[in-house]
Amino acid sequence: MDENLLATAATNGVVVTWNLGKPSRNKQDQLFTEHKRTVNKVCFHPTEVYMLLSGSQDGYMKCFDLRKKDSVSTFSGQSESVRDVQFSIRDYFTFAATFENGNVQLWDIRRPDRYERMFTAHNGPVFCCDWHPEDRGWLATGGRDKMVKVWDMNTTRAKEIYCVQTIASVARVKWRPECKHHIATCSMMVDHNIYVWDVRRPFIPSAMFEEHKDVTTGIVWRHLHDPYFLLSGSKDSTLYQHIFKDASQPIDRANPEGLCYSLYGDLAFAAKESLISSDSNRKPYIGDRRHPIFFKRKLDPTEQFEYISSSSALSVFETDVESGSMDWFVHTAKQYALAGRPLAELCDHNAKVAKGLDRNQVAQTWTMLRIIYSSLGTVSSTNLNHSMGKGSTTLPLMNSFNLKDIPSGLGSESRLDRSKGESRTENILMDSSSTLINNEDNEETEGSDVPADYLLGDVEADEDDLYMMDHENPHAEEQEYSLPQEAFPLRHEIVDNPSALDHLQDKADSPHVSGNEAETVSLTPVESFSLISISHSLYENRLPSDFFNPIVRDTLLFYAEQGDVQTAVSVLIVLGDRIRKEIDEQTQEHWYTSYIDLLQRFQLWNISNEVIKLSTCRAINCLNQASTTLHINCSNCKRPMSNRGWICDRCRQCASMCAVCHHVVKGLFVWCQGCSHGGHLQHIMKWLETSSHCPAGCGHLCEYT
Amino acid sequence: MNRLGAGSIGGGGGGGGSAASAAGQYRVCGNCRKVPRQEKRVQVSPPLTRGPSAFIPENEVMQANGLDERTNLLVEEYSTSGRLDNITQVMSIHTQYLESFLRSQFYMLRMDGPLPLPYRHYIAIMAAARHQCSYLINMHVDEFLKTGGIAEWLNGLEYIPQRLKNLNEINKLLAHRPWLITKEHIQKLVKTGENNWSLPELVHAVVLLAHYHALASFVFGSGINPERDPDTSNGVRLIAVNNFCVCDLANDNNIENASLTSSNFGIADSLSELEALMERMKRLQEDKEDEEASQEEMDTRFEKEKKESLLVISGAFDDEIVSTDVSRYVEDPGFGYKDFARRGEDHLPTFRAQDYTWENHGFSLVNRLYSDIGHLLDEKFRMVYNLTYNTMATHEDVDTTTLRRALFNYVHCMYGIRYDDYDYGEVNQLLERSLKVYIKTVTCYPERTTKRMYDSYWRQFKHSEKVHVNLLLMEARMQAELLYALRAITRHLT
Repeated sequence: MDENLLATAATNGVVVTWNLGKPSRNKQDQLFTEHKRTVNKVCFHPTEVYMLLSGSQDGYMKCFDLRKKDSVSTFSGQSESVRDVQFSIRDYFTFAATFENGNVQLWDIRRPDRYERMFTAHNGPVFCCDWHPEDRGWLATGGRDKMVKVWDMNTTRAKEIYCVQTIASVARVKWRPECKHHIATCSMMVDHNIYVWDVRRPFIPSAMFEEHKDVTTGIVWRHLHDPYFLLSGSKDSTLYQHIFKDASQPIDRANPEGLCYSLYGDLAFAAKESLISSDSNRKPYIGDRRHPIFFKRKLDPTEQFEYISSSSALSVFETDVESGSMDWFVHTAKQYALAGRPLAELCDHNAKVAKGLDRNQVAQTWTMLRIIYSSLGTVSSTNLNHSMGKGSTTLPLMNSFNLKDIPSGLGSESRLDRSKGESRTENILMDSSSTLINNEDNEETEGSDVPADYLLGDVEADEDDLYMMDHENPHAEEQEYSLPQEAFPLRHEIVDNPSALDHLQDKADSPHVSGNEAETVSLTPVESFSLISISHSLYENRLPSDFFNPIVRDTLLFYAEQGDVQTAVSVLIVLGDRIRKEIDEQTQEHWYTSYIDLLQRFQLWNISNEVIKLSTCRAINCLNQASTTLHINCSNCKRPMSNRGWICDRCRQCASMCAVCHHVVKGLFVWCQGCSHGGHLQHIMKWLETSSHCPAGCGHLCEYT
Repeated sequence: MNRLGAGSIGGGGGGGGSAASAAGQYRVCGNCRKVPRQEKRVQVSPPLTRGPSAFIPENEVMQANGLDERTNLLVEEYSTSGRLDNITQVMSIHTQYLESFLRSQFYMLRMDGPLPLPYRHYIAIMAAARHQCSYLINMHVDEFLKTGGIAEWLNGLEYIPQRLKNLNEINKLLAHRPWLITKEHIQKLVKTGENNWSLPELVHAVVLLAHYHALASFVFGSGINPERDPDTSNGVRLIAVNNFCVCDLANDNNIENASLTSSNFGIADSLSELEALMERMKRLQEDKEDEEASQEEMDTRFEKEKKESLLVISGAFDDEIVSTDVSRYVEDPGFGYKDFARRGEDHLPTFRAQDYTWENHGFSLVNRLYSDIGHLLDEKFRMVYNLTYNTMATHEDVDTTTLRRALFNYVHCMYGIRYDDYDYGEVNQLLERSLKVYIKTVTCYPERTTKRMYDSYWRQFKHSEKVHVNLLLMEARMQAELLYALRAITRHLT
């Protein structure tokens, strides 16, 4: 190799060689002006001193012998601009060329007529490539699509074996000597740093040089066998020699921790093992909230590198099966009716659904909504009793269930904790409240005070309390029978209701914590009386339903806050304009998105679509109008129709003709799945009113449903 | 099982697309109603304005190669946008290009992007107003209102929010002297404050501005006629349009241009012109290597071309023709193109194309800040640059590469962008003087284009080829503006 020989390429298409050993001041040696456009790259042969290769914008690569005046051979890349050329280090005759259209070609220097092999490496221009210094078949390429790819050429088809995603288009790639998997990259835009990647770990650079103030234009390892010195030039007019140990290592600063919450409430948490063990004293705290059902420790597969000795631990905290079950969510989502019927019916239906799933509080909410918004005065007490009665038929069963359930709730402190924030546990709470209603049903037959009771319920969130409180005294009388069940549910209810908390803030806490029955009892009568008096006046004045909007709003906010966004959204949809203006757009949008997200995670696609369709939020509504593509095949040639729906490009036939009017159908097309004839929706509808046979005359008995 | 399934062909389908398909159906109905009405209007209007373009006879636009493909494309465009404007009709002569043009325009106007929809149309109005292109303004006033824009803004620039107003400066520079844009302009816009622009928003705005400046060039360059759609423009505005656009074209704006009057138009003359041009092209392609121009020589050639573009003037104009209808969207209307190469006190540095190319730098930046637009623009530039039918006038099998490159680079040359690997002597050999006048007018002062200019160059060439020239000019101009703006943004970032 000649240390004095230097070759440069210029934007005007000239290739110049310089001989630094020349005694005169002008070191210029040779000048080749064969390229018509900018020359993007020149490359010396690794072993032949006089062999120089150039690649240009005009799509040609030329091989020069420096002892001659002209090029030895010319290779045509078929009109696309050449971005980089590189001689293979191992194979004497091979070189790789990368192109503006994303292709990489391999050439044999002896055969200028045709490339040996070609493959598409990137989307957009491939700016650079580099052969692996040791591994014969490995070629790294970097492109405008911000990727660095490593190709294995040993197989018949070039195979992508590694891929690193960077943050800017890749201008240069250079394998690090002596380190099989390390590669240095720099970018031509925006990002000024030089990165050294371990290709097996593509998400974080293993080293980073941050010295340059403007984009780096070129990088090279100083010596073929020295992996510790890197030279780089930059547009900021500086040249740096980097020593590897100066490099910053982003891994040191990264937090190797991950946290994920599953659909069913399980929580997975991965962290460095050292972190976990050092924090062992804090573990009970975590366990408080969630029993770590299973705790796994495993070695991260990516941790085999020489310089990282840590391992990480993965722990999964599962909620117990019963409370974590989301069946109620799925059932409710499936059964709720959200539109298409009068409000009263919708509410009734949904109340029934909720009740069927033992979610009495939600059921009551629906009933209340119905009373508030559909005809204030006409609600008859019998009707109410009726619905109550229905609920009560299922109650005996629940009772027995409750008996089993509650003691378990008693036993664990964490259970109580949980009920504060999570709707999941609501099942249990609901169960217990239903027993209350059971009891209260007995009382309600007294009749006269029923309407008043229900209007109390208008003060929605209070409703359940009132039930309980109203009938607290009777229960007290029956204590020997029902107290064991009543006691705890009661407390739950109070805790559960923020509006109740508003009233009872200071006191509510104490019964909850202490479980002191006496206190609850003493407290309730006062509360219920005051509320009853208010509700009476409300009733007489016949206030417009708007009056309750703030309360309904608070209810919705409360449900959403609790995590039951389902109820919030369903109510929002059912009430529509009645409540929409009360809640700001952003909150609504937030609810919708979280509900839709939940539905989709449960794979309830139809329901999520329905919700999207029914939503009044603009941002949600247009979700379905974006990026919906329907691919259709031509009915004649069975190939996909690329441009339009009605004319096939290939066979020049109109694909969808109406069997009735024999015109092309643009828009809604309805067809029989039995005989595959069809046409305009209107036409087919009309036709099938009078005839039951297919309009195309194929004799098929079509059915329109 | 005999069951009927329902689906839809035109719009979307399945679970998600019912709204879309309903809309599609509606448009088709609208389609049927509209077509005859439009035809009726065509008959009433004066003969000069018949067809989509005032320069090109209607039948030229209508008959073109690849008719089937073209109809299909137009039908599709009609059903997606609900209209078929004259621009689309004229461009449809070059179907391949039209497709990528429509795709990128659709993306920047209607798809997800950093700017709200009404903003986009208002920016389009502001851009078009710089060239007093009432055609584009009217089109986007309607769109602006349709997308929920505040009608008050249409009263003029005083009524728009400060944030949009801040865009005026960059709009002005970009339209007329993009080389003056510096990173300070960018900094001023993105500086944190009440009315600041985020970088993605700014890039979106810049792309829109450049697109509409260039489109205005095309509109004037091809003499696009105002839309005659009774539904979309009210009577008052229509009259304004007619006054402004059509009369100008008819009167030919009484320019006295030395180059135009001096050459006498004779058929025999122009035939030999064509032959000569072909001859020169062939020579350029064949013996490229015979004379080795030195670097200095190349430099002087570029400078010469730059200087010469200075001398190419398109007549003296009084700038008072700005109609009030348009001027309310314009700030500082006196600001116009000033020759880059003007000899004067401050000598501006040439933009060396290799320092900041679209492929390497522009694309990366634009795509980073406004995803996917880079690909669409890239495709469009590539398409227009490589578009060829290998024909020239009556000749076939001609390699027009050098000619296309000359046109593209000449536009960039006027904006001070220099390609090291291009011999600007070629421009002189390939582009005759009347063509240079036309190019300069269309790219720098499009509003002054006249039918006579359009007719005076390349008299043997087909109209479709002249439209092709216009497309090249338009894209070259757009790219030049984008390069300057994006370079400033890059400098701001570093």
